[in-house]
Amino acid sequence: MSDQAYFDYLLRLGDDSLVLGQRLGEWCGHAPTLEIDLSLANVALDLIGQATYLLGHAGTVEGAGRDADRLAFHRDALDFRNCLLVEQPNGDFAQTMARQFLFSTYQRLLFQELAGSTDADLAAIAAKAVKEVAYHADLAAGWVVRLGDGTPESHRRMAGGMEWMARFVDELFVMDALETGLHARGLAVDRAGLRPAFDATVAATLAEATLPPLPAHRPVTGGRKGHHTEHLGHLLAPMQHLQRTYPNAVW
Amino acid sequence: MSQQWPLWEVFIRTKGGLSHRHVGSVHAADPDMAIRHARDTYTRRMEGVSLWVVPSAAITASDPAQAGPLFEPAADKVYRHPTFYTVPDHIKHI
Repeated sequence: MSDQAYFDYLLRLGDDSLVLGQRLGEWCGHAPTLEIDLSLANVALDLIGQATYLLGHAGTVEGAGRDADRLAFHRDALDFRNCLLVEQPNGDFAQTMARQFLFSTYQRLLFQELAGSTDADLAAIAAKAVKEVAYHADLAAGWVVRLGDGTPESHRRMAGGMEWMARFVDELFVMDALETGLHARGLAVDRAGLRPAFDATVAATLAEATLPPLPAHRPVTGGRKGHHTEHLGHLLAPMQHLQRTYPNAVW
Repeated sequence: MSQQWPLWEVFIRTKGGLSHRHVGSVHAADPDMAIRHARDTYTRRMEGVSLWVVPSAAITASDPAQAGPLFEPAADKVYRHPTFYTVPDHIKHI
């Protein structure tokens, strides 16, 4: 039975993980040290794994015969439902870690709640992923503190990373009509309810990192409706190239 | 790289009851980072249940030039090997 609203919700969840996983994958072979290279690739693979489950489940809910690969590789940017934060460019390592800290802190709270979803499949996916995400959040918070409370240069770079990413935070907590309806059915999380815990964690970490509070930029939203920043297309092009050129290629 | 982080030796306990075994090394600025790097580098395929990291500088090694005096005297003392006992098949880690 097709449930368009719920399908859309699962795309939002799955696309967040997919796009950030792909972004982190761009570091492969380019990270500051071999150990950090592995560290980032591990997080990327966790996220791609989540995306595989979430998009696979979305395909089942849609009931139109599309599997996770079909959804990942054969949709255009306008059809992606990820938040704008995850598609932001890697920049330097500090900017990447600023983005990771903000996203993983949010995703940890989100998956903790989703583990209680009335959809047993989604609850199971979230319960498995929350352990991974807890590690991501701690890893990223560690780097935020190290770089923020490090040298003047590392402090400047981490502050710059937060400066870039801050405007995309509000979107993580926007409840629209679609999610409000799903929340009433016990399927979706009340995002707005996650905000106080998120703000508390971010404030504590930034303080420990001797960084200023997140700058109050005008929030930018639109990702959930497919209105993306210019960065998403450039991310999807290399990601989808092979499947678009050789549809259904396998190895 | 001129400013390498210090080197740490990594030890993994593969399951409860076994000893930690040396598996390799990582570069890291401090013990916390060393544990994270060891986790990310050496336990990605469920290799372990516990990690140790030790600063490589804390390890004192025997002198390879002294290998003769140190180790060769043991070579002809076959009576030190407990070969007269039968080890049951199900005892794997002796």
